[in-house]
Amino acid sequence: MDARFVPLFVVIPMAAAFLIPLLAKLWQRSADLIANAAAAALLGISVYGAASLVTESQVLVYRMGGWAPTLGITLAYDHLTALVALAVNALGLCALLFSVRYLDHYTGRWKFYTLFMLILAGLNGVTVTGDMFNLFVFIEIAAVSSYALVAFGTDFDELEAGFKYMVIGEIGGTAILLAIAMLYARASTLNMAVVSQVMAGFGRTPLFWFIVGAFLVGFAVKMAMVPFHAWLPDAHPSAPAPVSALLSGVFIKVLGVYAMSRVMFNVFGLSRANAPAFFNLLLGFGVVSIVAGGLLAYVQKDYKRLLAYSSVSQIGYILIGLGIGNYWGIVGALFHILAHALGKGLLFLTAGSVEHATGTRDLDKLSGLEKSMPVTAWSYLLGSLSLAGVPPFAGFFSKFFIIVGAVSAGMYWLAILAALFSTVTLGYLVSVVNRAFFVRKDREPTAAREVPASMVIAMLALLILTVALGVGFRPVLDKLVGPAAQNLIQGLGYARAILGG
Amino acid sequence: MIALFACLLLLLIGLYAVVTKRNIIRIIIGFSLVEYAVNLFFALVGFKHNGIPPIITHLGQSRSNFVDPVPQALVLTAIVIGLATTALMLALAMRIYEKYRTFDITEIRRLKG
Repeated sequence: MDARFVPLFVVIPMAAAFLIPLLAKLWQRSADLIANAAAAALLGISVYGAASLVTESQVLVYRMGGWAPTLGITLAYDHLTALVALAVNALGLCALLFSVRYLDHYTGRWKFYTLFMLILAGLNGVTVTGDMFNLFVFIEIAAVSSYALVAFGTDFDELEAGFKYMVIGEIGGTAILLAIAMLYARASTLNMAVVSQVMAGFGRTPLFWFIVGAFLVGFAVKMAMVPFHAWLPDAHPSAPAPVSALLSGVFIKVLGVYAMSRVMFNVFGLSRANAPAFFNLLLGFGVVSIVAGGLLAYVQKDYKRLLAYSSVSQIGYILIGLGIGNYWGIVGALFHILAHALGKGLLFLTAGSVEHATGTRDLDKLSGLEKSMPVTAWSYLLGSLSLAGVPPFAGFFSKFFIIVGAVSAGMYWLAILAALFSTVTLGYLVSVVNRAFFVRKDREPTAAREVPASMVIAMLALLILTVALGVGFRPVLDKLVGPAAQNLIQGLGYARAILGG
Repeated sequence: MIALFACLLLLLIGLYAVVTKRNIIRIIIGFSLVEYAVNLFFALVGFKHNGIPPIITHLGQSRSNFVDPVPQALVLTAIVIGLATTALMLALAMRIYEKYRTFDITEIRRLKG
């Protein structure tokens, strides 16, 4: 199997980000075309890559410039990469399709697309890279573009949220750089596979745990686990809706969850058996995130802010899945990455539709939108049922697998808590339906019209994917999520797969 | 060893400024200190006593005194990233000042946090 397509994950969005400003001078609307074409191409190669992994099932390794490991940068493409890349690029394409008409009331269309493409370059780069410093660079590319996009509206709220997000996010990024510096001081190499072999011979000294801790702080900020979440409920609602969808749907998971899992499982070789304290810590953060995020979401009046707190809560589910640390727990966590990317992306797009049609996100001012915007209303309802874990939608299976993992690990209280808080999730998500979409007794329905066709198509595409992922969970589980969980569980086997190939 | 403690001190001073200062510009300066403490630490990783540049000038030359050039290359990259983030932070600070007419973060609180 040829690995030559792997660098395209970075090349395509980078080239698009370069071309958009150039060609936008000649023809304004070319930005729409280039951005959507690039996102479609990215989705195409992620599907191609996933399909070829399913048939051949071996790790694809690409050496940049032909340099052998320890000298050059290695790109690696395994099942976990394929899974995350699919989530990123599917949501990326839908968000960009949605942007075409959504941006009508913004100025600086080409700047938006350029920054969006840079975020996609960073996210795809983080997923395919097999090099520690390269990981940091891609994290920063994605993060810096996201700061600019959060402040894109340049009004009071956007600027305040953007600055706050930027300061907290950059402290997290610096913690990751510090950890990489210490790791390099020990291992004298940056290739993840080689680093993991060196670290395997390095005892569990205080320095080892200090490096792990510095990484954990950095990734915790990026994924917004409680108590590192302060920026998220400001930043995600302030961004334009397609960007909110991308940030909540995949950004926090790629930069936080995926990067952390890769480093902790595959580079440090941590597992429930050899580092129970670390996994209990993840469980603790996960439980606090689920509870705090869920309860805070209840009291929100802003459509997107409610969804943002919900993201904090759902990140908690992914964390307890990883923290349980057995096969089903990790399968549940990875499945939830997919399910939450599609579901929360969909919900943020409906928020964008409502804002586009009515000009407000204040749930107290909305009423009866179901009559005028039926597609948006039904997309919201079905998407929230998926996130809350109602069968047969995708979100049901992720929570089901997490609960199976908790029970088989003997953590019954965790299973009960996960089940209990999925009803809390349903409660706050459905409260939006009551307030915004159904007619309220005390007021007239808000005047609105259904959004243009391209925005409707973007929402329906995500809805269909959510339903398809739920109904057809079996092949996805067997061919993609299961092997991806094995990628993490085998820990240091990652190094053998990369270096042996 | 002293240099490493100086890095730590610089890092703590920067963090202190980021956490406690109310003026946006001072927060940005504090952040720059944090960043440069980490960059300095990273550069020190490649330091060697009596080290020489890693360039082979004649055949059979001993390579044991070569300093490690990789951290320097990485720090250069980190500095460039730091330049971009600092520039963006300052740009945001300017736009905030145009809107709010103040740099005081206690007066810039429209979001509930």
